[in-house]
Amino acid sequence: MKAHRLAEDLSALPTYGFGTSMTMWWGTLGFCALEGMGFALAIGAYLYLVHVNAQWPLADVPPNHWPGTILTIILLASIWPNLQAERRAREENLPAVRRWLIVMCALGALLVAIRFYEFTQLNVRWDQNAYGSITWIILGLHAAHLLTDLGDTAVLAALMFTRHAKGKRFSDVEDNAFYWYFVVGSWLPLYLLVYWVPRW
Amino acid sequence: MSDALARRDERDLRDTMVDGSELHARLAKTWGTGRGLIAALSTVDHKIVARRYLVTAFVFLFLGGLSAAAMRIQLARPENQFIGPDLYNQLFTMHGTTMMFLFAVPVMEAVGIYLVPLMLGTRNIAFPRLNAFSYWVFLFGGLFLWVAFILNIGPDVGWFAYTPLSGPQYSPGKRTDVWAQMITFTEIAALATAVEFIVTILKQRAPGMTLDRIPLFVWAILVTSFVIVFAMPAVMVASTMLILDRLIGTHFFNPSEGGDSLLWQHLFWFFGHPEVYIIFLPAAGMVSSIVVAFARRPALGYLPLVLSLIAVGFLSFGLWVHHMFTTGLPQLGAAFFTANSMLIAIPNGIQIFCWIATLWGGKPVFRTPLLFVLGFFFIFVLGGLSGIMLASVPIDTQVHDTYFVVAHFHYVLIGGAVFPLLGAVYYWFPKITGRMMSERLGRWNFWLAFIGFNLAFFPMHLLGLQGMPRRVYTYQPEMGWGTLNLLATIGSVILLISFVLFLWNVVSSNRRGEIAGDNPWDAGTLEWATSSPPPPQNFDRIPLVTSREPLWAERGPLPVVGGLAVDMRQVVVGTVTEARPILRESSPEPSIWPLFAAIAVGGTFLGSIFTPWAVVWGSIPVAITLIGWFWPSGSPEDEK
Amino acid sequence: MSRFSLFLLPAIGFALAGCRGWQSALDAQGPQASELAWLFWIFTWVLGAIWLAVMIALAAALLRSPASRPDPLLVNPAQDRRYAAVVASLAVATGVVVLVLTGLSVVSQRNLFRVEEEAVTIRVTGRQWWWEIRYEEADASRSFTTANEIHLPVGKPVKIILNSADVIHSFWVPSLMGKQDLIKGQENDIRLVADRPGIYRGQCAEFCGLQHAHMGILAVAESQQDFERWRDAQIRPAEPPGDPERQKGQAAFLTQPCIMCHSVRGTPAGGKVAPDLTHVGSRKYLAAGTLPMSRGNLAAWIVDPHGIKPGVNMPTIKLQPDDLNAIASYLEGLK
Ligand code: HEA
Ligand code: HEA
Ligand code: HEC
Ligand code: CUA
Ligand SMILES: [Cu+2]
Repeated sequence: MKAHRLAEDLSALPTYGFGTSMTMWWGTLGFCALEGMGFALAIGAYLYLVHVNAQWPLADVPPNHWPGTILTIILLASIWPNLQAERRAREENLPAVRRWLIVMCALGALLVAIRFYEFTQLNVRWDQNAYGSITWIILGLHAAHLLTDLGDTAVLAALMFTRHAKGKRFSDVEDNAFYWYFVVGSWLPLYLLVYWVPRW
Repeated sequence: MSDALARRDERDLRDTMVDGSELHARLAKTWGTGRGLIAALSTVDHKIVARRYLVTAFVFLFLGGLSAAAMRIQLARPENQFIGPDLYNQLFTMHGTTMMFLFAVPVMEAVGIYLVPLMLGTRNIAFPRLNAFSYWVFLFGGLFLWVAFILNIGPDVGWFAYTPLSGPQYSPGKRTDVWAQMITFTEIAALATAVEFIVTILKQRAPGMTLDRIPLFVWAILVTSFVIVFAMPAVMVASTMLILDRLIGTHFFNPSEGGDSLLWQHLFWFFGHPEVYIIFLPAAGMVSSIVVAFARRPALGYLPLVLSLIAVGFLSFGLWVHHMFTTGLPQLGAAFFTANSMLIAIPNGIQIFCWIATLWGGKPVFRTPLLFVLGFFFIFVLGGLSGIMLASVPIDTQVHDTYFVVAHFHYVLIGGAVFPLLGAVYYWFPKITGRMMSERLGRWNFWLAFIGFNLAFFPMHLLGLQGMPRRVYTYQPEMGWGTLNLLATIGSVILLISFVLFLWNVVSSNRRGEIAGDNPWDAGTLEWATSSPPPPQNFDRIPLVTSREPLWAERGPLPVVGGLAVDMRQVVVGTVTEARPILRESSPEPSIWPLFAAIAVGGTFLGSIFTPWAVVWGSIPVAITLIGWFWPSGSPEDEK
Repeated sequence: MSRFSLFLLPAIGFALAGCRGWQSALDAQGPQASELAWLFWIFTWVLGAIWLAVMIALAAALLRSPASRPDPLLVNPAQDRRYAAVVASLAVATGVVVLVLTGLSVVSQRNLFRVEEEAVTIRVTGRQWWWEIRYEEADASRSFTTANEIHLPVGKPVKIILNSADVIHSFWVPSLMGKQDLIKGQENDIRLVADRPGIYRGQCAEFCGLQHAHMGILAVAESQQDFERWRDAQIRPAEPPGDPERQKGQAAFLTQPCIMCHSVRGTPAGGKVAPDLTHVGSRKYLAAGTLPMSRGNLAAWIVDPHGIKPGVNMPTIKLQPDDLNAIASYLEGLK
């Protein structure tokens, strides 16, 4: 190993931070990018199928949009508690973080429940025709995100009730909140696609 | 000083407080992988994971190569009875799939996983557990495929598995399911690695390594990783749709229910074209490293080289339709993709010109790594130019799906990726093992590979023009293709011998090669600043970078930064553009959970071939292992 | 191998044709193929010259023998600037060359896919692993179906409509025109002209399963009179056989499962999933370019199609030896 000459002392640097300073934030962004690409391709596939089929949707009745609309409203509303969780995490305010994480878990569970109901209201089965298939896969892809984020939030909430709830964990809470914005944001185009394009 | 305080200080020992061999030993203990099987399976050391990746990928190269040898024997003469159609179809599918998904992409990642942290002057890759996980996923995916092949359920629909041939109606049985699930599964590994690279390169560069001081190889890996992030999801979406069509009766690709078989082709090639640059760009990075080291001068045109990499990365998303010129797309649209495909000659040309200019302005040292790079020029440029021919819609209507295309892509794949890779192995072997490879065997290896390759693949251009389609298991004598095919087979045998020589060189040099020392080639980048092989911590102190080739600029002692913990794993995290240090972030310690998670995910994928419920039940072990993975163990790394 | 090659021996003139242009993109026999060959050669010469230039530059770079470089960082900035200028101008030159090549390609594409009023329309349907061929006429009674062999009048524009009944295939007769895919649920077409009488071989170019290797097609270009004669003959139903051997063959054929799949117009055989055999004896090859037509090969095929084309969609049917010979003789007689 080559001989050294000490040129700078980094002892004073902190061991964690928030937002773009942490590697985890960038990792989360990376996964958002690739999952977002997955959504974009699913949207592309949907529009492609619209394009090759003279008639769309290939079903008599478009899906009942109400469950989806309610889900969308709740999703949008969830931005506020999510923002709270994020802010309180930055402040490292443990009791508040616990509270807001529980709220987010409850919301997540509610959303998952609505999502299951949504599947029953599509008025088409996945194996009926290509329209059904693409509708189900898009909804399913997003449902997978709701589910994993719920799991994530639940584990994090549990963690915040243990002795590990300090320091870097607050940064994890912040990243989790960041990911939730992605889950919310990616739903909006899908909502239009699944519920409103068939009514065009 | 109270006792408690003293203990705390003990735990927070910094590298400014100790020095020399004590620092080295303590860091090695902190970062080391313990003894025993569990420790070996839990390791998160990027060098160990990379070595496993490398060895596994080369095993797949040899398996893929042996299936190619079998095909070549079958094609050596007309109406040969060596292999029947069923086995032949499995063989070329296994060959293509193995080479693309299990060899070429992973091997490039393996080299990156080994070198990127070293070149950046950091101690581990970002998300090292994810890295360990990605290796296991890759290994299991490859094993799936080859075990299936041995059980005679190897896929047989080609490496791009066009629907409807690969759909439920025309490929009953499990063969295509194995293919589709294996693809989805192993792409997880590639995607995970890509995210690790992006974060490592953006955030973990040694202090002072501004964007314009990043080694060219690392730039290549960065661009490749972005291409992976945006391309691989396409094949995952596509193969998921395919498996759903096959297993639960969806109709994505079924025209009689509103689906469309060209949708598959669009999705596949939206991935498939970038895929070839995912293979080529890291190889271009290797070429840059070798050219600079052996021309003994800095790269001429660092900025154009970087911009070319980025341009190729961008353009690669606008070419996919050139694989579909004969599917009856609108003529105007097709012409647009002709223009785009030809455009990519410009950045690729700039790279070639810059390398030649660098050689011109330097003093080339003719060692084996450089020989392979010269072979690369000869072969890759020819293959690139035949790519330009294919990019023309009219010409492609003649040569598409013939051996002309087979010739093109072996020229670019083997010339553009395998030759640089072999050069890279000769170049970095001393770093990895501490020993030099035999130069004499290296020269034999090179010349046999070069001659064998051209003999094997040049005739294929002619065969394609004479009308020989690809993927035929035999041909009739009156077609007149016998002689050229025999020549191609002889060439591949020579090529095979060259690989055996290579294997022998690696194995014997690893045991008895000359001891290398830290920097046997007197190269300039940081990986050569540490010992060969590097210690677990990579560097005792993190280098402070002041130039693009720090070891050329700093002939005296290397400037370094201090203040990192010694008894816990800590890396310097900096700003994205300037690499100004901002954090001493802790880096995860070893864990067995990534392996368990890979087993759980693999089991789920395997099970889903047999019943969709496997996804439901499989999610339970997957969740458990992931929680185990992320749950803090109470180690200092977790708590800070 | 043994029996198979024995039957191949009588492959009379075709073996000779194999030496030259039997199935070659560079042996152009029509305006489309000539256009393609011309474009191919232009590209080859231009790109070949570029390759050579790059190799010469590389060799020159290597053969210079400058002083050794103990300090790699010691470079001559003025010299580097000159190199940079050369690289930049080469980049511009590359841009110009690809622009020109793109232009040539687009012009040629225009010529190639220009639509001309067609004299003959042929509908080709790809099937695993043979070609169903239908000549379409406004007058439905003059439309007919055959297999694996198209005939075209020399000098006349022909439109070929391409479609598939199962997986994707690709229609390719290199001496006449580039290839185009046959895709279920989609109709593609190509247009071509044959300049000279001759027999041009083609082959399915898209991998389509087990017997993709044996999915050949023949394009027979002939004078207008010969073409008309051929077409009139094809339109007619099969003539009842005259000699007793063939009569026996017909009877056997009609009582065998053959008729579930094959049609012979003019007889009760009306199967639709296999090649139409009405005039099978007039074809030059059997089983999509796999065996030259002869009575022996017919018999060989019928007795063991899977020995010749493993995995083929025709079952091996147990026949008495004399039935077999009679059927072969009957089919051979269906001119
Ligand atoms: C490493 C892999 C790699 C690389 C780098 C390339 C590079 C290129 N490829 Fe290739 N290609 C493949 C791997 C690769 N390809 C594979 C695997 C397939 C087949 C897949 C399958 O069907 O199984 C394929 C197939 C393929 C097709 C489809 C053929 C068909 O199926 O009909 C086409 C068509 O346009 C094409 C074009 C190109 C072009 C234009 C380039 C360009 O990037 C080349 C650019 C490089 C140069 C041009 C040389 C250097 C430049 C100069 C020296 C400057 C001077 C040059 C000029 C003035 C022109 N490729
Ligand atoms: C990086 C990718 C890559 C590489 C390296 C290769 C390498 C080779 N390929 Fe590859 N090939 C593809 C990618 C690649 N190929 C793809 C994508 C396809 C398309 C598939 C499809 O159509 O679906 C294809 C198709 C393809 C075909 C066409 C098949 C067909 O259409 O019918 C042929 C035919 O000759 C061929 C030949 C070869 C040969 C001879 C090599 C040689 O270079 C191989 C050399 C290596 C060896 C010979 C291994 C040496 C072995 C050892 C050292 C082990 C020794 C140890 C013991 C014995 C214990 N390949
Ligand atoms: C299950 C359907 C089926 C049955 C029954 C069947 N065939 Fe066939 N036959 C085919 C198919 C499919 C082909 C095309 C094979 C190929 O070339 O891939 C074919 C091809 C042929 C050909 C070659 C046609 C050509 O144009 O090249 C002949 C001759 C033939 N069959 C004769 C017979 C006779 C005689 C029988 C009865 C003893 C018979 N077939 C029974 C399906 C069948
Ligand atoms: Cu039909 Cu290949
Ligand atoms: Cu491509």
